[in-house]
Amino acid sequence: MTDMAPGTAARPEQPVFELLDVEKVFQVRPPGSIFSRRTVGLPALDGVRLKVRRGASVALVGESGSGKSTLLRVLLGLDEPTNGRALYNARPIGEMRRAGPAFARDVAMVYQDARGSIDPRMNVGAAIAEPLRHFGIVPPGEIPGRIAELLDRVGLSPDTALRYVSGLSGGQVRRVAIARALASEPSVLVADEAVSGLDVSTQAQLLNLLRRLQREMGLTLLFITHDLGVASYLCEEIAIMYLGRIVETGPTDAVLAAPAHPYSAALRKAAPEFSAPITEPLPGEIPSPLNLPKGCRFAGRCPRAAADCRDVDPELRSHGAGRMVACLHPLDAP
Amino acid sequence: MSSAALLEVEDLTLHRGGNRILDHVTLSLAPGETLALVGESGAGKSTIATALMGLLGPKDARIEGHARLEGQGELLGMPERRWSKLRGRRLSMIFQDAGSALNPCFTVGRQLVTVLRRNLGLSRTAARARALELFERVGINDAEARLSAYPHQLSGGMQQRVMVAIALACNPDLLFADEPTSALDVTIQAQIIRLILDETRTRGASCIFVLHDLALASQSCDRIVVLYAGQVVESGVTAEILEAPRHPYTAQLKSCVLEIGTRDLDPPEGSVGSYAAMPKGCRFARRCPRALPRCAEERPPLVPAPDGDRALACWNPL
Repeated sequence: MTDMAPGTAARPEQPVFELLDVEKVFQVRPPGSIFSRRTVGLPALDGVRLKVRRGASVALVGESGSGKSTLLRVLLGLDEPTNGRALYNARPIGEMRRAGPAFARDVAMVYQDARGSIDPRMNVGAAIAEPLRHFGIVPPGEIPGRIAELLDRVGLSPDTALRYVSGLSGGQVRRVAIARALASEPSVLVADEAVSGLDVSTQAQLLNLLRRLQREMGLTLLFITHDLGVASYLCEEIAIMYLGRIVETGPTDAVLAAPAHPYSAALRKAAPEFSAPITEPLPGEIPSPLNLPKGCRFAGRCPRAAADCRDVDPELRSHGAGRMVACLHPLDAP
Repeated sequence: MSSAALLEVEDLTLHRGGNRILDHVTLSLAPGETLALVGESGAGKSTIATALMGLLGPKDARIEGHARLEGQGELLGMPERRWSKLRGRRLSMIFQDAGSALNPCFTVGRQLVTVLRRNLGLSRTAARARALELFERVGINDAEARLSAYPHQLSGGMQQRVMVAIALACNPDLLFADEPTSALDVTIQAQIIRLILDETRTRGASCIFVLHDLALASQSCDRIVVLYAGQVVESGVTAEILEAPRHPYTAQLKSCVLEIGTRDLDPPEGSVGSYAAMPKGCRFARRCPRALPRCAEERPPLVPAPDGDRALACWNPL
């Protein structure tokens, strides 16, 4: 659960992931200079707070430039936060990652570019055998049987093991990537846009597969997506990001039924819907994180921005049951 | 099909490498109308647009059938010399990925100015003034400075605005928009679709969108043509078709669309399959829940429905 209001949880449960005011600043050359040694800080994440309960399904939603991918890298321990703490089972993620293969085994990843994530010269069986061998999941003699089992679990026939990704369709490649991620018997599955760029029927097949796997195996699912429809279909909880911040979190249905943050409301309205007229979109584009405004970073595009929004940077605050919002003037205060 | 149509396509068939990529595609478009070609990948949506822009090389494909443009006559089989007079002036196209459609070596201003000078014969200064005006129209802030930007210096949304400006530079009668927003964020998508609709509407131009998103098509287009593996299965007024689809494929496509709050999806298993192994008759027959024995054998013709402006190719419609 994403940060419950104090007192609502009877028994405090250890979250799988906990981010406490995580900040990630990249040092980059100032725009326009090519040879300068001078660098400026680019805050890709700023004050991110998130709790992921065991067995939960959480959607991370935001547009390009919102910091989704950086957040993912922090969660996987590929980037250390510049400030703040990123914890996995109450221990720093970076430390866990260095401590041995247990973390990598428990937290599996499905990449956005599934085709690019699998060696084109390995057949599907060999690609799935790699994690099985690396983590010593089963004795070598049982590897072929386990490969067939994993392929079956994602709805592929056992003879797929002998094929190469170049000969598979987009939907099949995604299934292979999921089977490979499940090979290490993880308890957490992190998926980055795992169903984007597919035809609707293929996307629907994959969504049903992911939903079934999450339920049957009790996986904790962290799903990065830009599609609110996908988020609402697959995830019980949602975290909406804008420019390196989480601006709203809570149960997906409640947040999408009545978004509290004006940005969430705009995203909700921009999603295509049958026979509804195309609504007045949000003006402008996401600004550069190199020159952030002083107050709320959404104020420049916000239809509800008031004078104080340009001065005060709002924090993520409790907003009704299990919900949090970072806005000085949220929609429909409870 | 009325005689006032801007574009009439009849039995457009395209063979490539022994396979029939398009199979008797028939559609028509009235002046000022917006039409969506919808279907899954490989259905032939982009191929239709490319063929009607004369951008298929003569070597890759054998084309049969007719495509008539009002005031121009038959398009298919025209020599390249005549195509190049039409493109940019009466026909133009917005591509899916503006980042790779724009030339990375020239500033976007120069690319627009070139189009204006070549097609309208404007002087350098007149073309530049017109380019500035066009950039402002399509919502590019700080247009003067952006004219001298290279494509990589612009965001995806800005690149697509530049594409719209170039496509509309010479007031074409017919604009093709091939998945113009599938690489963009949803809030930017809404901006760009509205921009294209507003700009074509004020110019009285027609627009053919290639879309995979049925919900987006329902929001933006007057009429739709549903394609499956190169065959038109159903066409007509968007609202009527989506309200009550009669072809089993249209119904299935609609049921797979994910909206916020969708609880259950029941997608068909399998995929379109190879063009080399298509049944003789209806290509959807293999996956169709309502298939009859004759479906795989005999191709159902696209027949206009007696009620209203709608056509359907199915032996056993809903």
